[in-house]
Amino acid sequence: MVKNNSSWFREKILMGRTFGEFIKDNITIGNIIALIILIFGIYAMIYRLICGLGPSTNLSDDYPWGFWIGFDILVGIALAAPGLTVGTAIHLFGIKEYHHFARPVILSSLLGYVFAVFALMFDLGRYYRVFYLIGWSWGFESILFLIGWHFFLYINISLIEFAPVLFEWLDIKKARDFFAKLTIWATIFGVIIAGGHQSALGGLYLVTPSKLHPLWYSALLPPFFLISAIFGGISIVIIEGTITHKAFKHQIKDFDEEDFNRKLIGLGKAAACALYIYLILKLLDFAHYEKWHYMKGFYGFWYLVELIAFVLVPALMFTSAVRNRLVWLVKLGAVLTALGVIINRLNVSLFAYKWYVPFSQKYYPAWTEIALSAGVVTMLILTYRFVLNRMPVLYEHPKYKSEH
Amino acid sequence: MKLSRRDFLKRIGLITGTAIITTPSISEAYTKGDDPSIYATGNKANARVWKVYEERKEKHLPPPEEPYGILVDVSKCIGCRRCEWACNEWNQNPNRPLKEFEASVHQKPSVFDKIRRPHAGQFTVVNRYYTKEGKPIYVKKQCMHCIDPACYSACFVEAFRKTAEGPVIYNPHVCIGCRYCMVACPFDIPAYEYYDPLTPQVTKCTMCYDRIVQGKVPACVEICTAGALTFGKRSELIKLAWERIHNNPGKYFPYVYGEKEVGGTSWLYISPVPFEEIGFRMDLGETPIPEYSRNFLFTVKLFEVVAAWPLVFGAYYQISRSRKKHQSINEEKGEGHGEK
Repeated sequence: MVKNNSSWFREKILMGRTFGEFIKDNITIGNIIALIILIFGIYAMIYRLICGLGPSTNLSDDYPWGFWIGFDILVGIALAAPGLTVGTAIHLFGIKEYHHFARPVILSSLLGYVFAVFALMFDLGRYYRVFYLIGWSWGFESILFLIGWHFFLYINISLIEFAPVLFEWLDIKKARDFFAKLTIWATIFGVIIAGGHQSALGGLYLVTPSKLHPLWYSALLPPFFLISAIFGGISIVIIEGTITHKAFKHQIKDFDEEDFNRKLIGLGKAAACALYIYLILKLLDFAHYEKWHYMKGFYGFWYLVELIAFVLVPALMFTSAVRNRLVWLVKLGAVLTALGVIINRLNVSLFAYKWYVPFSQKYYPAWTEIALSAGVVTMLILTYRFVLNRMPVLYEHPKYKSEH
Repeated sequence: MKLSRRDFLKRIGLITGTAIITTPSISEAYTKGDDPSIYATGNKANARVWKVYEERKEKHLPPPEEPYGILVDVSKCIGCRRCEWACNEWNQNPNRPLKEFEASVHQKPSVFDKIRRPHAGQFTVVNRYYTKEGKPIYVKKQCMHCIDPACYSACFVEAFRKTAEGPVIYNPHVCIGCRYCMVACPFDIPAYEYYDPLTPQVTKCTMCYDRIVQGKVPACVEICTAGALTFGKRSELIKLAWERIHNNPGKYFPYVYGEKEVGGTSWLYISPVPFEEIGFRMDLGETPIPEYSRNFLFTVKLFEVVAAWPLVFGAYYQISRSRKKHQSINEEKGEGHGEK
């Protein structure tokens, strides 16, 4: 029995190697860097758990939400939207050419949400009570309640969508077929849920009209967050696809680069559309609330940088890339767009929040906060790689090939 | 000695914590110029008040005819800080001798040099501002006890309540510690016990709910001998405030702060100078903060319900289409086999 177990472990986890070989194979520069980041990140986690939020963060009564909410939750969830965008396009609108993307996309959403919630646990004062939200005490008037429940539901939905891959790997056909049938229903439910909470994350800041800088505060915050999550998610699919198809080339036997590039350009087209819609809505918001007089000073400048360098420029890049069929430009545009989403979320949650506080007294993250977030991101990437190495995500499992 | 599991864990955590990493001590806080009340933990007042509230609810005790409020006449405050002392005393917050509080008005340097705010171990503070003529003005700051409180609507486990008596109270027994109430509060009142690693809570002024239901006035009102604080029915206090403004022409700035701010608050202020000059925000508007989130939640629900149906039909269409395709593929395969 024990022998049987260990051979399963060896086959599935160590990929047919002994433990010693497995360790030896994994000593690479990239892994050593990851290990160093992980050591700092785990130190920060332990420090937070033992000493509390006070010593481990720069949070204060004036800045109750810091880097962990701004980066791990707002940025993390926005960039974990591939499942919402591309997953929906494939399963619901029947755009079958993209079905190669279906599995990596669901995996990145699933891991994105799981690790965002994992990071959130360190920000919550009483993390061990988090299940109160689901079954104990319901605050129906709270936007955060909606988000909490939607996170919970969406992780379950992503699990259902990902389950076929897991069961193909474990080779349990019955379970695999059961979940494969559920996929489309999970996708629909997922669109509603993901759309709801992506916009609700922007909705969180609707209650701070007196604290958020007027250039960023708007009644349109929820649609802004939703649309930027859509183009953020698409850019992540482009970036991730590029990296994984390079790093895992050996897994994809019939890799057709021409075809793959065509798809990236198609994704770039979709991202450009979303970016233009976002830009138009931003201009409408700017004109309707007559924000001209806020343009002077540093915040006005910074607002312009965000809008021009990280929305207009990538939109034009995508447009040009689509017209001239330039794949490298699509990739560059995707990086810029993803960066823009990060900057936008940090602007709303940290920079433009309590903008009237002088810079010297503003919140700046402590090193432990950044280390913890970096650690969580590293864990996400390592888990992603772990799964790609073992499960039929990028390629089709030979046994189940015909059923696509 | 009885040691509960939580206390035990806490102690273990503390011992290992100090062994591995030294936490900043309170003495460091003084050198940093920080308020020591930031470091306070183990607040008892909020839990006590919540217990009183639950007991009254179980007994179905009738609410008062009208909610109460407190009127602050800023022109009468002399900056003795006795209200701070009384508040700490009643709510069992870390305290110092009363004399030290009373002395700060004449001291140089004194706590008044910095504009302070309530922290974990302190529900109320008195700040000093100067008028254009250089005259000092003392302003008490604490929870405003909104009629439609932002913290209530922000909380995702419904840990806050607006009581019929007027106070907004907090229930530490369900709080998860997300601190969204602190983000949402337009007056920046709720504070957090950041230095408690295991059982931190939000702390804030309770308007002495436990005293009000016994027919007493809040601790700060009771100790104030300068006549700056008046406890009573809110509607009567508004009348009183406007009477004072009209009966003393030129003495007051003609405005009652809290009458309409964010939908009205239980604490009301009148002042001899415009409110911007003494640290109040005049740009909060009259819309209760929860209105923003209510409108949004309604819209989201509407969209989710409306969007659900086309999506369900779309999925159904996809399924039936793929079924047809599978059927035709199977038929083709069947034919192929037949030829062989």
